[in-house]
Amino acid sequence: MSEGLKYSETHEWLKIEGEEATLGLTDYAQGELGDIVFVELPAVGQVLAPGDVLTTIESVKSVSELYAPVAGEVTDVNTALDADPAILNKNAEGEGWILKMKIAPDADVSGLMTAEQYEAHTKG
Amino acid sequence: MIPTATAERRTALYERHVAAGAKMVDFFGWAMPMSYRGIVAEVDRVRQTVGIFDVSHMGQLVLRGPDALAAVERLTTNRAESLKEGRVQYTIMCYEDGGIVDDVLVYRLPERYMLVVNASNCEKDLDWIRSNISGDVVLEDHSDHTQLVAIQGPKSEDVLGRIVEADLSAVGFYRAVRLDILGAKTLVSRTGYTGEDGFEIYCANELAPRVWDALLSAGSEWGVEPIGLGARDTLRLEMGYHLYGQDIDATRTPVEAGLSWVVKKDKGDFIGREAIVARAEEGSAERLTGFELEGRGVPRTGQRILAGGEEVGAVTSGTYSPSLEKGIGLGYVSVVAGDELEIEMRGRTVPARRVKPPFYRDGSVRRRK
Repeated sequence: MSEGLKYSETHEWLKIEGEEATLGLTDYAQGELGDIVFVELPAVGQVLAPGDVLTTIESVKSVSELYAPVAGEVTDVNTALDADPAILNKNAEGEGWILKMKIAPDADVSGLMTAEQYEAHTKG
Repeated sequence: MIPTATAERRTALYERHVAAGAKMVDFFGWAMPMSYRGIVAEVDRVRQTVGIFDVSHMGQLVLRGPDALAAVERLTTNRAESLKEGRVQYTIMCYEDGGIVDDVLVYRLPERYMLVVNASNCEKDLDWIRSNISGDVVLEDHSDHTQLVAIQGPKSEDVLGRIVEADLSAVGFYRAVRLDILGAKTLVSRTGYTGEDGFEIYCANELAPRVWDALLSAGSEWGVEPIGLGARDTLRLEMGYHLYGQDIDATRTPVEAGLSWVVKKDKGDFIGREAIVARAEEGSAERLTGFELEGRGVPRTGQRILAGGEEVGAVTSGTYSPSLEKGIGLGYVSVVAGDELEIEMRGRTVPARRVKPPFYRDGSVRRRK
């Protein structure tokens, strides 16, 4: 886990810088999924409401979905994951980022957790 | 997300798995390792050199007595009579209606037959066998005091050879021998579920951790490592081997499951014979079919299989194949569907092509047959 990141109950991390945010899958979640073999990236420009499915991540044994933790619009996606989805296993909270988004002005980020709170959540 | 293990039953190797940091899962009540280092790395290890598996959750049922052969012949579809001492046979047990009770390995040992059954079916099989044997035959369940360690991969003989005195090259495919390992008696067969050369070692509970440790030290030169059930399932599916509960069950007969090769219709009476013969004559509407994805994705159990937009079947097993770097699977598909298929995944369809298993054709087991 990384300081300065925010975490959701559904295992996304967010790095919020002003109205922009970078979003990815938590390191804890990549460990639970195991070898990731495909990531379906969303389209740039997609408008997100909280709870919308952002991506589907396929590992050898299971499939998992990432959800939008806050409202906003997708501004960029990490196309490197198309060629090498295993980046997510190597560095989920850095090089393995999934998308960047513009957070909606009225978005509610109060439900997100700190690294410490998320760690407690995964151990609960 | 993958559930954490809450299972109550533990094999004699449980402490080894936990100490090695394995991701544990509840597999039909057993706390078993899903993976250690990662499924892809573990599959590669077995395909390239060698790995060891704890499959002690499987059941060992023994039939002995003068009528043991007659019992096995009646309970299973393959020809037990042709099985010589020290030989192993893949076979199935069927219900009267031809549905499959379980797929099993039968070992012909001195004065007894041993049936190795799926962990998920052990209790059911025991009841089924008990209610279908007669005459001078005794049924024993040896599962609780028997552990099973598999060593699989092209270097299996080199590694196991370092801890036994015997000449393993003399042990042919699907043969079983008594061997001393670390001063204790074991039963070793040249069998497996991976498509690679290898052995399965049956031993007493207290010996299993020592055999495990000895194999890990003996094979360090080849990078031997423990392999979990996740890689085991992927290895077996790359070979197109059936898994009971997914690819075969009580609702499927060997005819549509592609298992007619283990049904000897002319061997005399056995449970399910009439129904299987009738099914074979009338033909089945569906057949267990292998397919490879031609687009991105991983097929999963239960997904619909389409052809030309029409539903023609459903996936029974699917995985990502690390050896082939694509999605592969098995499913029951209408016999009138062509070779061009589609797998429906979460609202989209991915093109797939019918392929006759094995999907992976370079396994070392083919050099043994």
